[in-house]
Amino acid sequence: MIRLLARIGAPALGLLAVTGRLAIFTARTLSHLARPPFHGRELGRALFQIGWLSLPVVGFTALFTGGALALQIYAGSDRFGAQEAVPQIVAIGMVRELGPVLVGLMVAARVTSSIAAEIATMKVTEQIDALVTLSTHPLKYLVLPRVLAATLVVPALVAVGDVIGIMGGWIVATERLGYVSGPYLRSSLDFLERVDWISSLVKGGVFGFLCALLGCWFGMTSGRGAMGVGRATKGAVVAAAIAILAANLLLTEAFFAA
Amino acid sequence: MSTPAISVRGLRKSFGATPVLDGIDLDVARGESLVIVGGSGTGKSVLLRCILGLMRADAGTIRLDGQDATGGAPEAFLRRFGMLFQGGALFDSLPVWRNVAFRLLHDGMPPNEARARAVAALAAVGLSGRVADLYPAELSGGMQKRAALARAIAARPSVLFFDEPTAGLDPILATVINRLIREQVTALGATAVTITHDLTTVRMVADRVALLHDGRLRWTGPVSAFETSDDPHVAQFITGRADGPIATLR
Repeated sequence: MIRLLARIGAPALGLLAVTGRLAIFTARTLSHLARPPFHGRELGRALFQIGWLSLPVVGFTALFTGGALALQIYAGSDRFGAQEAVPQIVAIGMVRELGPVLVGLMVAARVTSSIAAEIATMKVTEQIDALVTLSTHPLKYLVLPRVLAATLVVPALVAVGDVIGIMGGWIVATERLGYVSGPYLRSSLDFLERVDWISSLVKGGVFGFLCALLGCWFGMTSGRGAMGVGRATKGAVVAAAIAILAANLLLTEAFFAA
Repeated sequence: MSTPAISVRGLRKSFGATPVLDGIDLDVARGESLVIVGGSGTGKSVLLRCILGLMRADAGTIRLDGQDATGGAPEAFLRRFGMLFQGGALFDSLPVWRNVAFRLLHDGMPPNEARARAVAALAAVGLSGRVADLYPAELSGGMQKRAALARAIAARPSVLFFDEPTAGLDPILATVINRLIREQVTALGATAVTITHDLTTVRMVADRVALLHDGRLRWTGPVSAFETSDDPHVAQFITGRADGPIATLR
């Protein structure tokens, strides 16, 4: 019995310890927001890397998902003669759920992995130690710009993804399912409320924050050698994906609970 | 006697049950070039990292310029400090000149001026200005080492650490790096600590030598006495014999 409790307790305590360390890491990172100097060049680089360079993957993901969603909704609603609801359901599905979640997951795949691998490699090759000896705090120079950039730019990516997703649905609906262009678009946009867009953008900000923070955390705490870098990268992506999905549930509850 | 630039007393550090540093006492005088030698895995790098606060010691005290630095090197010390890391540790994402001028830019020097200082530092280590705009990944290993040395000296520090400066270099390039280190240390009048297991580095760079083995400094003395020492640890290290007090199986 004691052995069983120990087997359950040890990982639980480990998880609590990691959570605590991550909370301290987050607080220390954010504390640098109020303490100059600020590394504007690093922030600009992170905005470009996370925002601009993620546009293609976000765009294609949203486009294909919006199109597939239109096909699915059409096929499903056809069973009870509700095909006129396709534009609205595609729009609300993209803006409330699929847009932010898919963009978050794509950012996790592209950005979190890259941040974790880059910082872990810097750690393995003593570049982070070099920063310290050059009087530069690694949290201020490496972590804060990435976290700040992702928090600011992922909502913009989500907005772009939402619009492209709706357009993907519109293309399929008009070219494949016989809908008329103008009324389809009007139905989509008229149906959406301000809270839908706000929830989408807030989710984007939270997901961006989580993606960058976890990438940095796993990078900074990586083990030695190529195996350490690989584990850090894998762990960061898995943790970011789970964190995004969990945060999505909580945020959906907060915005739309009846 | 003036306060040593670096003073270490009773420094201990273990990894799990394995002691790596087992009560190190060490003073480095201002302007002195100390070379710490020892076999691979004897804790030379750990000692440097503890002195800088990159690694927390289990026990002991560290004083830098008379100030307690046991919890980490104070900012004032780091501001006049330069270090050459074993692998160079140049920042991949920055061009060479920004690497070399990193501290200068960090201290608010205008980019044009910082770039000129970086190019001058690169010239001092035998690299042309053409290298300034390349990225570290575009340089050979020897050029990376030189660029890293340029970064270490660019802000004209008064304390320099060199971690295995000739590791992975051919003998000719190693001699070039050793000569550059000696020239720069002399030109800057800096206090220098070098860790190495390269005897050529000892001969070219050291004023004083310390031999680290089994977590303790087994021998310290002027470089002139190093090669004539009858200490069995020193003798075995110099001759490279497999039998002796330094076990080959660690």
